[in-house]
Amino acid sequence: MNGENISFWEKLGKIDRRWIFLIIGLVVFIPIAFGLRMTVHVSPAVKSAYDTINSLPEGSVVMISIDYDAASMPELQPMLKAILRHCFDKNLKVVLINFWPLGLPIGNQGLEEVAKEYGKVYGVDYMNLGYRPGDIAVMLRMGTEIRSVFYGDIKGTPLDSLPMMKNIHNYDDIAVVVGLEAGSMGDAWVQYVNARFKQDLILGVTAVMAAGVYPYLQAGQIKGLIGGLKGAAEYEKLVNHPDFGHIGMASQSWAHVTIILFIILGNIGYFMERRRKRGL
Amino acid sequence: MIEALSIWVAAGLTLAIMSFLYGDNPVYKFAEHLYVGYSAGYWLIYTWHFTIKLMVIQPIAEKQPGAVWLVIPLFFGALMLTRWFPRIAWISRWSIAFTVGIGAGLTLTGAVHGYIIPQVKATILPLWTGNGLTSFNNFVIVVGVITTLIYFFFSKPHTGVLGKTSKVGILFIMVAFGASFGYTVMARISLLIGRLDFLWSSILKLVQFF
Repeated sequence: MNGENISFWEKLGKIDRRWIFLIIGLVVFIPIAFGLRMTVHVSPAVKSAYDTINSLPEGSVVMISIDYDAASMPELQPMLKAILRHCFDKNLKVVLINFWPLGLPIGNQGLEEVAKEYGKVYGVDYMNLGYRPGDIAVMLRMGTEIRSVFYGDIKGTPLDSLPMMKNIHNYDDIAVVVGLEAGSMGDAWVQYVNARFKQDLILGVTAVMAAGVYPYLQAGQIKGLIGGLKGAAEYEKLVNHPDFGHIGMASQSWAHVTIILFIILGNIGYFMERRRKRGL
Repeated sequence: MIEALSIWVAAGLTLAIMSFLYGDNPVYKFAEHLYVGYSAGYWLIYTWHFTIKLMVIQPIAEKQPGAVWLVIPLFFGALMLTRWFPRIAWISRWSIAFTVGIGAGLTLTGAVHGYIIPQVKATILPLWTGNGLTSFNNFVIVVGVITTLIYFFFSKPHTGVLGKTSKVGILFIMVAFGASFGYTVMARISLLIGRLDFLWSSILKLVQFF
């Protein structure tokens, strides 16, 4: 009996990794294909982000920074859409800005899609500044005058010809900056814009980065934190508009359970093998 | 028709990249090379359009206020091209010095003003607040920071009290790594969800199309 067990664990330890890929693939795919859903609980960090935007008076300006590209789209695009829905629902003005050039079409796509849902008008209710190289230098100069770095919008239209931009010159005219981050720009927003200009910030980050961003939240340097697809699903729940975040949560949860089982099995296998080698 | 074709191309390329999970193959190689070439082309256009044309040529051509000052970064940028000529390549060091100087200055102020000071301030917490849960949280933060810092204190051997304290620090570091790894797994699964959802919706769209 003992010999059979050892043989099983030994076989398990040498299993072709492609079987694991297949199992994970199926576990992720089945909930998507069958439309399975799971309950989403809202965390204090996401609630805080929501409350910050929710407390803004009508007509306030929210700047959303698109600092990601297609590789992080599944996590950050649902956040963008949920936040835009919240902003447009509350009649807030939205200014999009891009520090990742490859994020330019992605951010614009999300903006136009949600603006159309709410019947918002470009230049009056929302606008897109586009992309400028220079990262931190651009952030710092916007503290004095946005026009010193953005001569026009994404299409080159002069900023002063857009009605909503007439009274928007620097961070004093922006209520909250929301940074959707897949890289180091989030740190720059905190360390330069929040520290120097006392600008209120919310960060929406990929799950990989979330653990590293929590200290900013604990220190009060950011008003809220939306982490990964789970964070996006939480925000979707708060704005009462389930979308891709909700679709992904069942797959995410089942994939996590499967991975935990694999880790447990792998550890049992390791200890059984070690025991066998020691001749116990 | 064009939409259906673009879905076919995108879904096909996704499957081509995913085929690497089974093993290296020519279809994967084709998709990989296509991606590298496309990315290089995309970056070239972006650099030309957003940096050279929009930030340099256009302001000078339109005689925008202050455009004359662009001559300075343009000059230093041009000096970088001397790296192609080994005999005068040393001139490019002026541009590098310029960039490093600005970078160091910005990073230093950002790190001190925007990271170290606020984070240190956020760590100086009362260990008793009157609320048990908040006090416990503060205690964990303070102990975690102190023991982790002690772990990275290498000027004395980690024995005795120092050794025991640094072991507590290791515990906190391990918890941080665990949280970070957990989030990383979550992120990778999210990407897979994104792709599989795209593939599934593509199939549904194509079924509707035909």
